[in-house]
Amino acid sequence: MELSTSILLTIALAPLAGCFLAGFLGRVIGRAGAHTVTILGVAASCGLSFYVLYQLVLGGAAVYNHNVYTWLDVGQISLSVGFLVDRLTAMMMVVVTLVSLLVHVYTIGYMADDDGYQRFFSYISLFTFSMLMLVMSNNFMQLFFGWEAVGLVSYLLIGFWARRPTATFASLKAFLINRVGDFGFVLGVAAVLYFLGSLDYATVFAAAPSLAGKTLAISQNVHWDAATVIAVLLFIGAMGKSAQVPLHVWLPDSMEGPTPISALIHAATMVTAGIFMVARMSPIYELSPAALSFVMVIGATGALFTGLIGIVQNDIKRVVAYSTLSQLGYMTVALGVSAYAGAVFHLMTHAFFKALLFLGAGSVIIAMHHEQDMRYMGGLRKYMPVTWITMWVGALALCGVPFFAGFYSKDSIIEAVGESHRWGAGYAYFCVMAGVFVTALYTFRQMYLTFHGKERFTVAAHHGHGAHDDHGHHAPGVLAHPPKESPWVVTLPLVLLAIPSLAVGYFTIGPVLFGDWFGGAIHVEEGGNVLAELGREFHGSLAMALHGFTQLPFFLVLAAFAITTYIYLFKPALAGRIKKAFLPLYTLLDRKYWVDEVYYAVFAKGGVALGRLFAKRGDGKLIDGALVNGSAGLVRRTAAGMRQLQSGYLYHYAFAMIFGLVLLLGGYWLFGR
Amino acid sequence: MSNYLLSLLTWVPVLCGVVLLIVRDRRPDLLRWITLLTAIAMFVVNISMWPMMDHANPGLQFVEHLSWGGPIHTAYALGVDGIAYAMTLLVTFGTMLVVAGSWGSISYKLHQYMACIMIMEGLMIGCFSATDALLFYVFFEGMLIPMFLLIGVWGGPRRIYAALKFFIYTFCGSILLLVSLIYLYTKAGTFDIRALAALPLSMTEQTWLFFAFLVAFAIKIPMVPVHTWLPDAHVEAPTGASVDLAMIMLKIGGYGMVRFMLPIAPDASAEYAWLIIVLSLVAVVYIGYVALVQEDMKRVMAYSSVAHMGFVTLGIFVAVALVHEGGSADTALLGMQGAMVQMLSHGFISGAMFTCVGMLYDRLHTRMIKDYGGVMNVMPWFGFFYVLFAMANSGLPGTSGFVGEFMVILASFAVSPWVALFAAITLVTGAAYTLWMVKRVLWGEIGNAHVAAMKDINLREAAVLAAFAGAVMVAGVWPRPFIDLMDASVSQLVHQIASPKI
Repeated sequence: MELSTSILLTIALAPLAGCFLAGFLGRVIGRAGAHTVTILGVAASCGLSFYVLYQLVLGGAAVYNHNVYTWLDVGQISLSVGFLVDRLTAMMMVVVTLVSLLVHVYTIGYMADDDGYQRFFSYISLFTFSMLMLVMSNNFMQLFFGWEAVGLVSYLLIGFWARRPTATFASLKAFLINRVGDFGFVLGVAAVLYFLGSLDYATVFAAAPSLAGKTLAISQNVHWDAATVIAVLLFIGAMGKSAQVPLHVWLPDSMEGPTPISALIHAATMVTAGIFMVARMSPIYELSPAALSFVMVIGATGALFTGLIGIVQNDIKRVVAYSTLSQLGYMTVALGVSAYAGAVFHLMTHAFFKALLFLGAGSVIIAMHHEQDMRYMGGLRKYMPVTWITMWVGALALCGVPFFAGFYSKDSIIEAVGESHRWGAGYAYFCVMAGVFVTALYTFRQMYLTFHGKERFTVAAHHGHGAHDDHGHHAPGVLAHPPKESPWVVTLPLVLLAIPSLAVGYFTIGPVLFGDWFGGAIHVEEGGNVLAELGREFHGSLAMALHGFTQLPFFLVLAAFAITTYIYLFKPALAGRIKKAFLPLYTLLDRKYWVDEVYYAVFAKGGVALGRLFAKRGDGKLIDGALVNGSAGLVRRTAAGMRQLQSGYLYHYAFAMIFGLVLLLGGYWLFGR
Repeated sequence: MSNYLLSLLTWVPVLCGVVLLIVRDRRPDLLRWITLLTAIAMFVVNISMWPMMDHANPGLQFVEHLSWGGPIHTAYALGVDGIAYAMTLLVTFGTMLVVAGSWGSISYKLHQYMACIMIMEGLMIGCFSATDALLFYVFFEGMLIPMFLLIGVWGGPRRIYAALKFFIYTFCGSILLLVSLIYLYTKAGTFDIRALAALPLSMTEQTWLFFAFLVAFAIKIPMVPVHTWLPDAHVEAPTGASVDLAMIMLKIGGYGMVRFMLPIAPDASAEYAWLIIVLSLVAVVYIGYVALVQEDMKRVMAYSSVAHMGFVTLGIFVAVALVHEGGSADTALLGMQGAMVQMLSHGFISGAMFTCVGMLYDRLHTRMIKDYGGVMNVMPWFGFFYVLFAMANSGLPGTSGFVGEFMVILASFAVSPWVALFAAITLVTGAAYTLWMVKRVLWGEIGNAHVAAMKDINLREAAVLAAFAGAVMVAGVWPRPFIDLMDASVSQLVHQIASPKI
């Protein structure tokens, strides 16, 4: 039995229709109209995605791989738009549309007072369309389309509040850094076409083994392994999109965008596109252990070192953002040890609990009247119990406490890295293990600072309704009204995300990780298949969780719990003393290792300086000055010289004639004879 | 009737121009409508030729031939293949939007302005459809005159310098073209372009001809280092002339390369392909940086044009190099097609961007980036189009800007990964200069009181931008019709350069 093309088309195009309606007719259909049409579109998409997943898993449907239309034909090279829907795709579709749907609902509450309400709904629907095109693609060209289109929407949404200079700066930065990644990605695609003669996944993967032994001539004596070149170039694209070190700097700044999109784009879905892409390309990556080691080391570095920055952040959203960087590092490490299924599994659980944490943070931000600094929060749990409890669920899942979703996925990754013998695995194992402690540290710190301890804000004395719309004009920590729980459109998505954050790991780890769930979608070479080895020791979810209580990661979480509890509940002054004692270290983390400063000085300032130099010296002095106007000047000067000869005085001419005559005759007399 | 369509497209606009000159500007609105309707009619006629084109036929179609019968063997000979027809589409489409776009912005000697635009349309169509080299040359030179006038009469403060620079620069090139054509005539005894292409020539002859053609067409495209006339011309030119210049006139350089240079001097082209590839990469990288620091929106776009046209020359000569080295013929085809698509796409996008700048100029009478800021707040619909075209200019997939660049990068990897690497730098630089400009013009707080008073685009302006947007999107989402249109001719061209003459 076969999946229906029209269903797949509807899944992809329904959000696009919503985007057009809300975007172009926003004023006509109004606010309610805009959120109704976009939610209907995404809901249709989501429902049908579940149906497709059901068909593939339980309905026995075959993998769908067909072209919808031919984009262009040149000779034998044919590029098409089409869908490849297997279990990997279907899982991504469900995650994307489900989180998107919840974020759409949440937005009704979060953006209620915003002028750009319809535009916002239009953008997030456009995002959903783009992301679906990315995951459903059956070829590199369309993948790149989705890849760039999500980048475009990310650009538009980070800069959504375009009056803020920080927002427009962040959006430009995000787009350009992503473009650096795409630069590598495009070269990777070109290499695929060059070596394998096609951009169609099925053809490329079938031909991939022929890459073995092929090399690319970099210079006359240097030849690089073809598979490694392709894999590394494609991964550079993933480094941009999935914010891997050293292209990670755009993601924290992307927090300038409204919180719903931080949850949807910059945590749950878009930033995981790189992870998905590498998993999809597993037949190519498996050919190059060198490239996989590269992937692993990059991921491990990000997992630990960006997590460390999270410890010193005071902005509630930035903590979650650095946590996202760190978790993306975990997924990347998993790719690097060939545990692709583990990476995708963590991608799924992470999508739920990280979206939950972001939306929870957004709920806090609403309650705090758009104050995001945790130093002015504290004790919020009694004002907003639903947000408090659901965020704790997310926090425990993020820390990897047994039975929570994050435990199953993260612990599997750590175990897989431990099993791996690939070059760099030792370093990676240290990073992911230390990362557990770091994760727990910043997560508990965030929860305590936000919901527990003393209230560090005050509520201003009631001064009439005039003060209603001057959010942000208050001194920090002074609120116009006491904080209160957010409306149901906000809390409902929190509850609906808390459920999978709690339970999805328990119920799905068996089949997804150890049951050959992805089938032919993911290819792992024998010998490097660490998940298969883990599978031999796997005796059900319950046993795994119970076993988890006796393992090092759990003790690390406990240690972090003890430390943060002691500091933030009992000795708040201690935090400041520690900061003073380790000031150099604190500064290093607070300044994010100075990466931003270096990039700004070298690439932004340096680029402009280089441009000035080229414009002034090259175009101005050399070409226009010396060549163009220079040759015009030469003509002018020559002419000026020549003009002296045409003086108009008869005796000048007479003299010239005599002189010429003498010269001529003399020459004839000397040489002529 | 269909036998005279090319003549119709060439001479009706010229006739319209002459009528405008006679009627003078007593009733400006009537005059605008006459011009616009003529331009629309030309576009309708032109596009209705599409179904009549035989896609499988690489040769000339809609052929007209009329011998002058003088002592020189030259003829009034017109005809188009797939490539030339696509270029004529760009002319009629562009002229229609230029006329609609400069509706209210010109008040000084409106009739002469419109006459220049229309006469130029006719000459450009003549140029793309001439199959006789001398006739081509006449059109090629002829179109300098209306452009010279447009810049010199309706231009900005430094218009005289810019107009002279434009004229002398391009004229230097065309003289060499004329000399080459005369030399070829002495060998072949005819100016028929196909006969010239079939002429056997020694390597020395080819080399001389190659460089003569190179100078002529490189200035027109323009390639680095003979590009500096373009920013000056654009800055001083009125909006309509800028659009015509960027959208169509630059393409004649690329068209000349595939029509004259490659078929007449294939061996020399292969020999010196590396030179053009290097110059094209310089255009992409070096010009990308120069564009970054420009403070005038039109200068940014002018430099952006040079960088994007670099992909045209890169694609053409990547194909030549591949054929020469015995690489994959399909990849060569990909590069050549990419270059042709890039010409169309750059036409749409640069036309749109210059029109956008013109709309801003109409409101604030400045093109300086620093005089704007926060325009999105007062002109949201304009902002929508501006962002769309900026993204297309950055080569975003789904827009036409992506198609050609992508094809050329893919093909150039086969020549050398280094060529592809330098070409792909455009992904970063192109986005950087375009979006940085967008950031400073559109985003942010409203820059000043003048910006605060700006009115959003009206229905006419929206229609013009929507037409551009439609072209950009269609060619981006479904480029196949354009590729298929040119496929047979491009294949034949690749075949032609694959057969050495010596």
